[in-house]
Amino acid sequence: MDTRVTIAGVELKNPVMTASGTFGSGQEYGEFVDLNQLGAVVTKGVANVPWEGNPTPRIAEVHGGMMNAIGLQNPGIDVFCKRDIPYLKQFDTKIIVNVCGHSPEEYLEVVERLSDEPIDMMEINISCPNVNAGFLAFGQDAGNVEKLTAQIKKIAGRPIIMKLTPNVTDITEIARAAEAGGADALSLINTLTGMQIDVERRTFSVANKTGGVSGPAVKPIAVRMVYQVANAVKVPVIGMGGIATAEDALEFILAGATAVAVGTANFYNPRATIEVAEGIKDYMRRHKVEKLTELIGIVNAHA
Amino acid sequence: MACKFKRTAAIVSQECLLPGIFSMWLEAGEIAKEAVPGQFISMYTKDKSKLLPRPISLCEIDKEKGFLRVVYRVTGKDTGTEQFSRMVKGDTIEIMGPLGNGFPLDAGKGRKAFLIGGGIGVPPMLELAKQLDGEKQLIMGYRDKQFLTEEFEQNGAFYLATEDGSAGTKGNVLDAIRENSLTADIIYACGPSPMLRAIKRYAEEKQIVCYVSMEEHMACGIGACLACVCKSKEVDGHSHVHNKRVCKDGPVFLSTEVEI
Repeated sequence: MDTRVTIAGVELKNPVMTASGTFGSGQEYGEFVDLNQLGAVVTKGVANVPWEGNPTPRIAEVHGGMMNAIGLQNPGIDVFCKRDIPYLKQFDTKIIVNVCGHSPEEYLEVVERLSDEPIDMMEINISCPNVNAGFLAFGQDAGNVEKLTAQIKKIAGRPIIMKLTPNVTDITEIARAAEAGGADALSLINTLTGMQIDVERRTFSVANKTGGVSGPAVKPIAVRMVYQVANAVKVPVIGMGGIATAEDALEFILAGATAVAVGTANFYNPRATIEVAEGIKDYMRRHKVEKLTELIGIVNAHA
Repeated sequence: MACKFKRTAAIVSQECLLPGIFSMWLEAGEIAKEAVPGQFISMYTKDKSKLLPRPISLCEIDKEKGFLRVVYRVTGKDTGTEQFSRMVKGDTIEIMGPLGNGFPLDAGKGRKAFLIGGGIGVPPMLELAKQLDGEKQLIMGYRDKQFLTEEFEQNGAFYLATEDGSAGTKGNVLDAIRENSLTADIIYACGPSPMLRAIKRYAEEKQIVCYVSMEEHMACGIGACLACVCKSKEVDGHSHVHNKRVCKDGPVFLSTEVEI
């Protein structure tokens, strides 16, 4: 049985990754998960300098999911390179570093630093507000996405994954722009912008007023978007959004994802990634699937 | 590094102490063996629409039997804590722990201590009272009705305050300290933010070492999600800003270390 998948020339032992921001750099999960069993670890977003993040409360539970407005608190690239990359290098897994910034210059500074580091890929979080564009997220404007992708690609020296926001009218337009800019792969979906009001306190549940909704509740939206994007671009797609079980992951793979990421589920089941990876193998056995790659986008054949 | 475990725990007993306040004993095996006063566990509902664990402090730890006691408040209708309150002996629940750092016992050894609890911050002070080796003055504050009072009376000099004056000092825990002319050279406290803020100020005025147990909305409970941060004086070890994680760096902090 062959669970390997390849993204932009990087071979993963299985298609299961962690979703950025839900797994730190793996240190906190080491007690629960053998990181060697994961296809890749995608780190929490890192910026050029430390970010304080948002005021608390930063999270709220929603029906079948959660809403977060952490605000990308992170230690900045210096500490990250000294501490987090060496930690991850101890394991036989691929390292994908998620990059965030408020301006093209900030992204480029981080990407340039990472270009010398022993990592496998970079994932660019373009859901951050762009200070130069009235705080509209980079990922909400196709022109900006293409330009930023091209700028990053020029200096990255390794494959780049553009992580798409679902908070747009037509995600395929943004996906095509990233591909045109030279993205090696696309990952989606980031969280859906939501709001919850605490009626007892008569105010917003999270201090930031809005937050990103994630978890099983968003899965059908994510599967739909992954299906659309996989059919709109030629580059590989990494699917995520509410994956908690192998069956969830397989929905994304059958819809066209080459790999998948487990996110919010890590928060309530620290072993979720391993259970998903094991469950995929079990499915392959049950359905006599030799190579996982046979399953990618197979729904198209049955349409 | 301390070990954490996620496991299924059998409920040994459940009782309602007061309307909305429940006491549950859990068969928690290795979690109980590792636990120290001031730590908490994550408790998971069986309802798939309520995904996140509920962080609940430990009220008592029976290492010999491997049992843990949690005393918790039901936060409303159809909440996760309401589901917990309906569970009975023999039911099982998913839990993870022990989490957080706990109260430093050595710091209080042989000293004159205040153990202060307020509201649903009262329960963790019971195991601390049982384990702390020193002169213990247990000062508990309630809105009106009281719980765990008999157990506190057996573990130190017990004082209580009620907001409505129905028992003990009318007012808050600091009013009880003043009314009884109590003094201490170390403080341990758990309770609502206004209480902790007042105790922090009191400790600074009197120049007393003070440990406070903080609370914040949590997701993972193990330091990964960065939801439950509090503002800290020192740069934190994780992000190198001033955000200590309540779940992992705390929940117990030196009062001078955090903004409340």
